[in-house]
Amino acid sequence: MTGCTERSEGRAGRAEKALTVVDVTAGTVGYGGRPVLRDVTMSVRAGEVVAILGANGSGKSTLVRAILGLVPVSAGAVTLFGTPLRRFRQWRRIGYVPQRVGAGSGVPATVGEVVASGRLARRGLLRPASDDDRRAVGAALVAMGLLDRVRHPVATLSGGQQQRVLIARALAGEPELLVLDEPTAGVDAASQAAFAGALTDFAGSGGTVLLVAHELGPLAPVVSRAVVVHQGGIAHDGPVPRPAGHHADPDHDHVHPHAPDEHLGGLWGVR
Amino acid sequence: MSLFQYDFMLRALLGALVTGLTAPALGTYLVQRRLALIGDGIGHVALTGVGVGLLTGGSPVLAAVLAAAAGAVVVELIRERGRASGDVALALLFYGGISGGVFLVGLSADKTSANLTAYLFGSPLTTSRADLVTMGLLGAVVLGVALLLRPWLFALCQDEEYAQVSGLPVRALNLLLAVTTAVTVTVAMRAVGLLLVSALMVVPVATAQQVTRGFRATMTAAMAIGVLSAAAGIWFAGTYDTAPGATIVLVAIAAFLVVAVGTGLRRAVRRRRVAGPASAGAGAVADADHVPEDQPDVVLDR
Repeated sequence: MTGCTERSEGRAGRAEKALTVVDVTAGTVGYGGRPVLRDVTMSVRAGEVVAILGANGSGKSTLVRAILGLVPVSAGAVTLFGTPLRRFRQWRRIGYVPQRVGAGSGVPATVGEVVASGRLARRGLLRPASDDDRRAVGAALVAMGLLDRVRHPVATLSGGQQQRVLIARALAGEPELLVLDEPTAGVDAASQAAFAGALTDFAGSGGTVLLVAHELGPLAPVVSRAVVVHQGGIAHDGPVPRPAGHHADPDHDHVHPHAPDEHLGGLWGVR
Repeated sequence: MSLFQYDFMLRALLGALVTGLTAPALGTYLVQRRLALIGDGIGHVALTGVGVGLLTGGSPVLAAVLAAAAGAVVVELIRERGRASGDVALALLFYGGISGGVFLVGLSADKTSANLTAYLFGSPLTTSRADLVTMGLLGAVVLGVALLLRPWLFALCQDEEYAQVSGLPVRALNLLLAVTTAVTVTVAMRAVGLLLVSALMVVPVATAQQVTRGFRATMTAAMAIGVLSAAAGIWFAGTYDTAPGATIVLVAIAAFLVVAVGTGLRRAVRRRRVAGPASAGAGAVADADHVPEDQPDVVLDR
């Protein structure tokens, strides 16, 4: 079973404050007055691969969206690379992979066009694409195995291929921190394997990763620390939770935290 | 081509061509954003500007540009705030705009509704040299925005949240797009009229995207279709004495239908060829629909 890789990153201590890439202190986020996250404190240090785990509706996606400034934090503080979110301008250091291809897909767009837009964070407004830009886009396409799909419309690709397009788009910006929202949800095994490989390479070259997942699957060996969000709070922050019971079966390799009441579902949904 | 020996026909043609080129260029972004009808709405608001211009004796076109730009900014702010009451707010703005226009024209000294009709449905045959200069300048601005900022506007319209996390000036680009939409509508006012301008922003794009695979290709093809529709429409209107604005739009819609039928036929032919004469069963035909282009990619380099 590969789901319980443990690295004691926690020993690094608080001395290397400059290396803290993401820091959330007592963060509270609410939609329309109803809090989704309450008093959440967590951080990601440079070089870590942190997975935010949790059941649907636990607030795990809201947490990364708050970190990226896509939803406002009503109380508490978020800093990115040591700079408070409100004053953070170095977006080129972050590569964001949303859950799915944007809603604005009324007009066809090729894989190449979408991946190239990942370069804009590094390219000044009205500046033509440089050789570096083209090289980075090409490298990202190769890394995600999409080179032969450059001229294909994104909408005709499978879900897994579309997910790879979004990851390639983020990689094209050559970020230091990769933030992924449910990168493996509804993705075929082949694409998950390609993704796990790309993530290993990215982390191996010193990149920092923050990803949201319901199940880790083949990503488990890459993840160095897990943060479990449960009912708007942090329920666990440390090694990837060890799978238990029938989940530990060798051919059942998904890793996800179980809320106490979730076990009931197992009575009816055992496979 | 003896038709175009008349200056007024030549001016009508030039005006229509400017519209045919600029409206689809900007419209591509609007269709990508699923805001296909926004041009129509902005047109309603521009009418209030026309009313103000006629009432004060100023330039109706200039007043329309200002009113439409203000309206477009308000629409964008409503869109940005949230979607809950968005469509009701838009409806208020649009109906307020058209009512304000009709009301103000009624107050002006020259009460004839012919004036209003010219702006609502276009009157390219009365395009003056000064009109043409204004249209050319504003059209150049619209084209400049649509073409030079294409990578950034594409990113914005394709995935606004991603654009924000990329650090793009999302708000400024949104407002720029809104104001440029307003300018496009008023540029097209003389040629196809306020009520029909939305058609030239949308129909050529809809035609193009049936055969294109990418964003850039769609925009280029839409501009070509827009120019051809405008030229053919003006020629037809001049020859058979029909309403020019409506003729241009009908030509554009006819082109859409021709392409739709053409691509449908081509797909049917390909399907039959793939299915082969031996296995023409319904199941084989349904399977063949996904062959050969849409076959899932199983080859990975990892």
